[in-house]
Amino acid sequence: MPDFNVRSDSVNVEAIMEQIRERIREKRGVDYTEQQIRELADVKLERFLDPKGVRSDLLDQFRKAQPAYQPPELPNYAFEDATLFESHRAPIRWIRKLLMPLLKLLFNPNPLIQALHIQSRLNTMNAEREARRESARRALDQLYYELIHNLVVETTRLGIEVKNLKMRLESVSSRLEFNERRARALESVVVYKAPEPEERPAPRQQQQQQQQQQQQQQPRQQPPSHGHGGQPRQQQQQAAAPLSAPAAAAAAPAAGGPQETDASAPGAAAEGPGQRSRRRRRRRGRRGGASAAAIMGAPVAGATADAAAPVDANTSSDADADRDDEGGESAEVETAAPAPSESLERRPAELPPAAEPLARDTATRDEVPPAAASTATRDEVPPPAAPSETRDEAPPAAAPEPAAAEPHNQSSPAPDPDAQ
Amino acid sequence: MKVAVVVQRYGQNINGGAELHARYIAQHLARHGEVEVLTTCATDYVTWRNELPPGVETVNGVQVRRFRVKHERDPLVFSKRSARVFQHRHSIGDELDWLDAEGPTSPALIDYVGKHAAGYDFCLFFSYRYYHAYYGARAAAGRAILVPTAERDATIGLSIFQPLFRSVRAVMYNSPEERAMIHAVSGNHQVPGVVVGIGSDVPNNPQPARFRQKYNVRGPYAVYVGRIDENKGCAELFEYFQGYLQDPAGKLSLLLIGTSILPVPDHPRIRHLGFLDDRDKFDAMAAADALIMPSYYESLSMVALEAWALGRPVLANGRCDVLKGQCLRSNAGLYYESLGEFIGTLEAIEQNRWLAGTLGRNGRLFFREHYDWPVIERKYLDMFERLAKEPAARAADPLPGWFERRRQNLPPAEDVLAGLPKGPAGRRA
Repeated sequence: MPDFNVRSDSVNVEAIMEQIRERIREKRGVDYTEQQIRELADVKLERFLDPKGVRSDLLDQFRKAQPAYQPPELPNYAFEDATLFESHRAPIRWIRKLLMPLLKLLFNPNPLIQALHIQSRLNTMNAEREARRESARRALDQLYYELIHNLVVETTRLGIEVKNLKMRLESVSSRLEFNERRARALESVVVYKAPEPEERPAPRQQQQQQQQQQQQQQPRQQPPSHGHGGQPRQQQQQAAAPLSAPAAAAAAPAAGGPQETDASAPGAAAEGPGQRSRRRRRRRGRRGGASAAAIMGAPVAGATADAAAPVDANTSSDADADRDDEGGESAEVETAAPAPSESLERRPAELPPAAEPLARDTATRDEVPPAAASTATRDEVPPPAAPSETRDEAPPAAAPEPAAAEPHNQSSPAPDPDAQ
Repeated sequence: MKVAVVVQRYGQNINGGAELHARYIAQHLARHGEVEVLTTCATDYVTWRNELPPGVETVNGVQVRRFRVKHERDPLVFSKRSARVFQHRHSIGDELDWLDAEGPTSPALIDYVGKHAAGYDFCLFFSYRYYHAYYGARAAAGRAILVPTAERDATIGLSIFQPLFRSVRAVMYNSPEERAMIHAVSGNHQVPGVVVGIGSDVPNNPQPARFRQKYNVRGPYAVYVGRIDENKGCAELFEYFQGYLQDPAGKLSLLLIGTSILPVPDHPRIRHLGFLDDRDKFDAMAAADALIMPSYYESLSMVALEAWALGRPVLANGRCDVLKGQCLRSNAGLYYESLGEFIGTLEAIEQNRWLAGTLGRNGRLFFREHYDWPVIERKYLDMFERLAKEPAARAADPLPGWFERRRQNLPPAEDVLAGLPKGPAGRRA
């Protein structure tokens, strides 16, 4: 239980126990003892049975109300052979016995005697059977009452359990919600940094338009062959911005970053479904692999090259992954291609076929080391305004990295030897 | 100063709670005066069979005089008489019969005490519940000091012991809970009494690594030390610990040290090491994350004190007033009264290193302040000094007469027990 609030040198066991109990209550709901459950069941019974005037202690009351079973004394008689001729007076008995043959001469009394005898036995048997049935019925009634009582107790227990489970579910769902919110908040931090340019597209677009106008006015210093074959110069400029940032800049935060905005700036203000899905994939990749610091730092890095270096390893792999996903999107690939020198050395082997020619093209473009090549490219093409604007916002810790020094070369023609 | 220690069993290998208590006290008081132990020839507390020769011998420098037990305990008779006095209305005669059935019935020991009591300054009687304490304290009236080692069980409700508590010169209690219980049952507030307890010879430098290597113990664990018996709460401990094992966050294993009467659950994280010698036991306790004390009835848990002396936290059964009281007074242990609390407290000790460390430190401090040997010895010596200055207050009540013994007017002992106050005593002894 790592989240104890007791943090003094001396502990109070009672306070700790109270905290533990509180936690248990939070975790499992209220713990009811058997006695408490019975009390609750009684309460329920009362509520349920009161209209009928039945007490909550159903079983006890039932037992009290039930008198002990005594079988009713049904009228019966005993009928034997001599019953017809019995008398409490001996002389009469003697006379009847004496005259018996005479009587039998007149009619046969035996069937009558037998019938009455059988009837007497039947009566006795019926009475016994009725008594047995009655006692069995009463026992069964008691059992039913007991069963109902236990069912009510169990129902109460289950009700409490359901309530506890509901509380737990609620707790879990609230935690889930919190975690989702937290995740969204983390993402929004990323988006918060990155969409700055998105939120302010107009000045950027204006600046770019101004730059484009300036470029159109100024004589072109670059031969058109520097760009990709058939690509317009504007696209090269857009590509140049990510070129200034290493592969990291092209990776995670680039989805909401200025690059995409730039790419879509002239014609398409709204992002396409492909871009959205790409962004989602990058986020997933970031959640899976990149550290929080990298996530936090990456958007700025995407905007400026300063912070790009620290997340180089992760973001370059992200960029690779992006390339795997969308190998045909040349602007994106080109953005990622001019990575820092050591990653670039590996790149031709790592790149998928679609990206390979681009990397080769980038590497052989000026026959210089990759970083220098990118610098040269940047020197030739006026850098976009956004990176220089956002550079100031970049965390200073990211600055000393070699690749991070590259943007500074925009203002100083000679490349920083440390940056190599 | 000459002191007699009268106890039901005595020996180097006899490790019952009260017997060990008596041995420690005898050995430590022997440094301050002449001590003689008066005991029986029995070693088994169930049968009280005469297994050692009667006469005088020396155990760890203390003279021990043994007397034969007249008859062994008959479990059936004892059980029948126990049921009679604990659960039904009964007479004083029934209780005396119960005492005789319980044993160890040694009239020779009582005779010796009666004849030679004058030769001792004081006679310390251990365990109020046995034959030797009841009759011996009468025989040595005026010199008898009782160390009751009373637990919260039905025996305390027997009426024959109430005069005993009132008639001795002094009572050396083990805990404030024990004192409160005896006060409530016998009203012996006027009898001088002090909460003393018992120390322990805990090694200064236990070697946990040696224990782990010797028994191939890896990972964190909680330890139970004592007889593995249902009466000691071990069945509940097993049930609760298996509940704890279902929590994937819990990493502790359970190590059991002691003779087993109860089957130990077959689980890779529950391990029974059997009876260990003191060195291994202390090393095991020093290596443990916590000591678990699941017993319901304790007069004073020496194992808990030893764990505290070693700086280990204790997890005790909260339904035992004494253990709970000790945890509260020392701020060195947690307690549980249900499965949820068991898991919660064990996880708290396991996962919060700061808490476990602080509890352990508090325990060490508590042990040093209250249960270190110099403290214990001083309390005994102070009591002897005090009693030597005061005259004996009163003689023991005479045994009831023939008719009085047969009057069935005593309530069941369990009813008497139920009426006694419950719960831990105040935070300070």
